[in-house]
Amino acid sequence: MSSPPGRRARLSSPGTGRSSSETREELRRRLLGLIEGNRVMIFSKSYCPHSTRVKELFSSLGVECHILELDQVDDGASVQEVLSEITNQRTVPNIFVNKVHMGGCEQTFQAHQSGVLEKLLQGDSAYDYDLIVIGGGSGGLACAQEAAVLGKKVMVLDFVLPSPQGTSWGLGGTCVNVGCIPKKLMHQAALLGQALIDSRKFGWEYNQQVKHNWETMTEAIQNHIGSLNWGYRLSLREKAVAYVNSYGEFVEHHKIKATNRKGQETCYTAAKFVIATGERPRYLGIQGDKEYCITSDDLFSLPYCPGKTLVVGASYVALECAGFLAGLGLDVTVMVRSILLRGFDQEMAEKVGSYMEQHGVKFLRKFVPVMIQQLEKGSPGKLRVVAESTEGPGAVEGVYNTVLLAIGRDSCTRKIGLEKIGVKINEKSGKIPVNDVEQTNVPYVYAIGDILEGKLELTPVAIQAGKLLARRLFGGRLEKCDYINVPTTVFTPLEYGCCGLSEEKAIEVHKKENLEVYHTLFWPLEWTVAGRDNNTCYAKIICNKFDNERVVGFHILGPNAGEVTQGFAAAMKCGLTKQLLDDTIGIHPTCGEVFTTLEITKASGLDITQKGC
Amino acid sequence: MAAALRAPGVRFQWRIRAAAGGARGAAAGRQGYDLLVIGGGSGGLACAKEAAQLGKKVAVVDYVEPSPRGTRWGLGGTCVNVGCIPKKLMHQAALLGGMIRDAPHYGWEVPPLVPHDWRKMAEAVQNHVKSLNWGHRVQLQDRKVKYFNIKASFVNEHMVCGVTKDGKETLLSAEHIVIATGGRPRYPTHIEGALEYGITSDDIFWLKESPGKTLVVGASYVALECAGFLTGLGLDATVMVRSIPLRGFDQQMSSLVTEYMASHGTRFLRGCTPSRVGRLPDGQLQVTWEDLASGKKDVGTFDTVLWAIGRVPETRSLHLENAGVNTHPNSQKILVDAGEATSVPHIYAIGDVAEGRPELTPPAVMAGKLLARRLCGQSSDLMDYDNVPTTVFTPLEYGCVGLSEEEAVARHGEEHVEVYHAYYKPLEFTVAERDASQCYIKMVCLREPPQLVLGLHFLGPNAGEVTQGFALGIKCGASYAQVMRTLGIHPTCAEEVAKLRITKRSGLDPTVTGC
Repeated sequence: MSSPPGRRARLSSPGTGRSSSETREELRRRLLGLIEGNRVMIFSKSYCPHSTRVKELFSSLGVECHILELDQVDDGASVQEVLSEITNQRTVPNIFVNKVHMGGCEQTFQAHQSGVLEKLLQGDSAYDYDLIVIGGGSGGLACAQEAAVLGKKVMVLDFVLPSPQGTSWGLGGTCVNVGCIPKKLMHQAALLGQALIDSRKFGWEYNQQVKHNWETMTEAIQNHIGSLNWGYRLSLREKAVAYVNSYGEFVEHHKIKATNRKGQETCYTAAKFVIATGERPRYLGIQGDKEYCITSDDLFSLPYCPGKTLVVGASYVALECAGFLAGLGLDVTVMVRSILLRGFDQEMAEKVGSYMEQHGVKFLRKFVPVMIQQLEKGSPGKLRVVAESTEGPGAVEGVYNTVLLAIGRDSCTRKIGLEKIGVKINEKSGKIPVNDVEQTNVPYVYAIGDILEGKLELTPVAIQAGKLLARRLFGGRLEKCDYINVPTTVFTPLEYGCCGLSEEKAIEVHKKENLEVYHTLFWPLEWTVAGRDNNTCYAKIICNKFDNERVVGFHILGPNAGEVTQGFAAAMKCGLTKQLLDDTIGIHPTCGEVFTTLEITKASGLDITQKGC
Repeated sequence: MAAALRAPGVRFQWRIRAAAGGARGAAAGRQGYDLLVIGGGSGGLACAKEAAQLGKKVAVVDYVEPSPRGTRWGLGGTCVNVGCIPKKLMHQAALLGGMIRDAPHYGWEVPPLVPHDWRKMAEAVQNHVKSLNWGHRVQLQDRKVKYFNIKASFVNEHMVCGVTKDGKETLLSAEHIVIATGGRPRYPTHIEGALEYGITSDDIFWLKESPGKTLVVGASYVALECAGFLTGLGLDATVMVRSIPLRGFDQQMSSLVTEYMASHGTRFLRGCTPSRVGRLPDGQLQVTWEDLASGKKDVGTFDTVLWAIGRVPETRSLHLENAGVNTHPNSQKILVDAGEATSVPHIYAIGDVAEGRPELTPPAVMAGKLLARRLCGQSSDLMDYDNVPTTVFTPLEYGCVGLSEEEAVARHGEEHVEVYHAYYKPLEFTVAERDASQCYIKMVCLREPPQLVLGLHFLGPNAGEVTQGFALGIKCGASYAQVMRTLGIHPTCAEEVAKLRITKRSGLDPTVTGC
C-alpha cells in the first residue's frame, strides 16, 4: 500500500521543515473538513478489495458516500500519514459515519451487525455521552459545564487517589482542595499575624503574645473547602452533568472504564473526551521519602501543627508554604538545589527570597536530601534529614518535625490508558502535546490544564481553555485560548505579581540593547507607621525601545501584588506602552500608582532607594 | 478678620507704586524669579521641582492659615497634612481593627475585646506627616528651590507680597506665577455655634485626644471616609446627610458604600440638616437638626461635630484683582484654559483652586509637572483630565475610573450603553465569616461591538490597587472583549473584573455562585 516514491518526493519538496509542517497542518484541516462535512466519508484505494466491500455495504443500504481514492490523488501518501495521526489507523479503508470514526472494513461490518451503524446513520449518538471529561478540577469542570449549557450530554469522572500519607479530598481538583484556595487562606492567616504586629503601632492595645492555633485555622479552611466541594456537586447537578466519583481509564477507542472506590467497574462511551487530570506532587525517590515526608497534598489538612519544618524545593509552592508557615510562627528552613522560582524573573525571585530570609526563613542553598529517617513517632514526630551538597563533598544533617517536599509535580497521564487509544505523551515529562485548539494526536481526544506541554499551570488558564474548548466543540465558536501575557502572582510573604516576560526572557527574545528597563523601590504608606522595611517593595517594567516602548514585562513585589497586577494585565492586552503609563493618573495613596511615575532606567544605574516621599 | 485684612491692603497700594518705581531693580535683584509658585501642596511642589530641575530659578511660597480651632501644619499641602496621607493611615488603623476581629477565625488567639488608643495612633500618624513635611523641605533644598513660609498676595501681575507670621513683608517678582493654593473646608454660615464648636478635616487628624461620639455633617467622600474610620476605631459615629451621598459618583455604588457602612455600625440621619450647635454644661455638644421631609426637629448630644460639607478655594486673600486674574463668580475658583493659564497669560492655576479640575492629588501633580515642562520649553503636552481614576477609602473601598452609569446614559443614551455587573465574595471573607453583600463590580460599556469600556466601578477590599491598572486599560481604549480575554489572577478580587458576564439588561441574577 505504499505510494510511488516520486510522488512522495514531490510532496515533501516545498523546502524547510517548517513550511512542510504547515502544509501538513493544512492537509489535516482539509481532512477534518471532509470528515465533518460528509455523512459517510470513506478513505479508500481503488484497487483494495476491503474498500470495495465497504462501498458495496453502503450502496446496499442505499446510503450515499463520499469517497477519496488515495491512489488517485497526488498527495495520497501524506493523506494516509495524517489519517493515521488522526485515527491511529494506517490502513484503508478508513471510514467515518456522521463524524464518528468507524475504523476499517471489519469494524464497519460489526457495527452493521450490532445496529450501531444504523443508529449512527440516523444521526443518533452511538455513544452514551457527547463528552466525557476525565478530571474534576478547575479546567475539567469549566469545560463540562459549558458543554452542558450548550445542550450536550456530559459526564465528569473524578477520583482522588490518596496521597502516600493517605490524604484525599472532594470534587474540584488541586486549586480548590490542595492549591490556590487553601494556600491563599493560610497566607492570609500569616498576613493577619503581621497585621496584629502592625496594629499595635496603629493604637490597638492587647497582650504582646498572641499564639496561633493550627487546628482552628485548618478546620475553618477545610470547612470552606467542604462548602466549595459541595457547591461544585450542586452546580454539576443543576447543569445536568453526570458526575461519577470513579477512576477513568481508556480501554478502547471512545470507551472508558470507570472504577469506583469499591473496585466496581463500569464502562462508558463518548464521542469526545477531554483529559484534565492535572498533576500531583513529585517525590524524591530517596530512602524514607514516601513514608515520612508530606507534600502540599497533605499540608492544608494536616490535623496537627507541623512544627519545625524543612521545605525541600524552591518552586512557588515551596516558597509560599515556607512563607506562611514562618508567618504563623514556625521554625522553617528551605532547602534549595539550585535557583529560586525557576522560570520567573530571577531578580524578583532573589528579592522574594531575601525578604523571606530577613523575616526568619532559613535557606540551605545547593543541598539535596539523600535520606529521611524517623527518630520519633508523633503528631508531629521527629525526622532526621541527611543532605548532600550539590557542589562536591559535604553533607549536612538536621532534625525536623516535618519535611515538606515541593520539588515539582508530575502529570497524571501514565495510568489512564492513553496507550490503548494511541494518545501520545511526552515520555519524559508525561505531558500531553496538543495543537492550538487543545487537540491531542487522537482527534476526538482533547487535553487542558496542567498536563499540557509548554503551557502554564494556572487555574484561570485551565478554566478559560476549558470553556473556549467547549464552545468550539459544541457552540460553533472559533475563539482559541490565548496563552500570551498571562498574569500571575506568587503569594509569598511579600507578594510577587507579574505579567509578560521576565527580564532574562525579554533579553533572549528582544536582545538587551533593544530593551529599556524602568524600576524603583517603594514604601507602601501602610508600612510607614507600622515601621516596616523601607526600600524593599520593588516595581519593574521592561519595555521594547523599538516598538514604541511597549511594555513586554511587568513585575511588582509588594502587598496585594495580585490585585495590582490584574488591571495592568488587562492594559497589556490592549498594548500598554511606557507613554501610556506616564499619561495615566495615579490613585493616591496606593502601591499601584508607582507605575505611573517610573522615571529611572536600570541602564542609567541611578539610585532607586526612596528617601523622601 | 475682615478688618485685619484691610490694613495690608492699604500697604499694597503703596507697594505697587514703590515696585513700579524700582521695577528694574526688582527684575535684576535677588528677589526676581523665573517661576514663582504660590502654595506648597502636591501640585505646587511638583511644578516647582520640575521647573528647577529644568534649570529655572524657582521660589515656592507657602503659608498655612490656622484653622478656626487653631490647627496648623507644615509644608506639603492638604494631601500630606490633612488629606490623603493621614486619612489613609487612619483608615488603615480601622482596617487593622477588622483584621484583629478576623484573626481568631484564622487561628490567632486574640483577646475578644481589643481597645484602641487614639493618642497612640494620632501621634504615630502625625510623626509620619511631620517626616514628610521635612522631606519636602529637603527636596526643595536639593533642587535649589527657594522656599518662603509667607502668606502671599498679588501686588501686580508680576509681583507678589509675602507676609511672615510675625508680619514681616517680602516682595517677590517673577516672570511666571503659578497659583496652587488649594482649598479649605467650608463652614456653614447660618448655623449658630457651627464655627465656635465644630471642627473639620483640618483638625480631625491632629486631635491629640479621641473625638469620642462624633456627628459628621455632610456626605462628601471626606465625610464618609472620616465617619468610616471613626466607626472602625470603635467610636460612635453618625453621618447627617441632607440629600444624596457622594454626589458626582455613580449613585448605585454610593448607596452600596453607605449600606455597608450602616451595616457596620455607622449611623445615618438622612434628609436632615442641622440648625444649631450649643455646648452643654458637661462640655458635650448639643446639636439640633430638622428632618426636611417632616419638618420635625430633633436633638442629640455629641462630643465632636465635624463639618464635611464641601471646600472653598483659597483665593480670597490672594488679591487676584491686583493682577487681573478672573475667578468663577459662584465657585470663586480661578478660571483656566487647557494650558492651565488664567485670564493673565503668564499666571497659571493648578490643582483644587482651578475651576473645573478634579480635586485630587495625582492630577494636580501631573498638571504641575507638565506645566513646568511647557514653561521650560521641554514639551507641549497638555494635561489630559479625562478618565482620572480615584478611590474612596470608606470601610469598603470604592474605586472608579471613567463614567458613572448615569453619566454614560446621559451622554450615549440608555440603548447604547451596556452594563456588566457582578456581586462577588472575597476569599478572605469566607473564613472570617464576613458579610460580602456589598462587594460589587460594574463595568459600563458602549453596547456596539467591540464594546468600548466607558467606566469601571469596583467596591471591595484594596479597591485602589485593583482600579489603578484598569485605569490604564481604559486609557489604552480597552474594550469589553479585551478585558474578557485577560486571564484572571487566582484567587484575587481583581480577577472578578475579568469574569464579568452578566448584563444589567438581561435581568439575570448577578450574585456569584460557586467559583
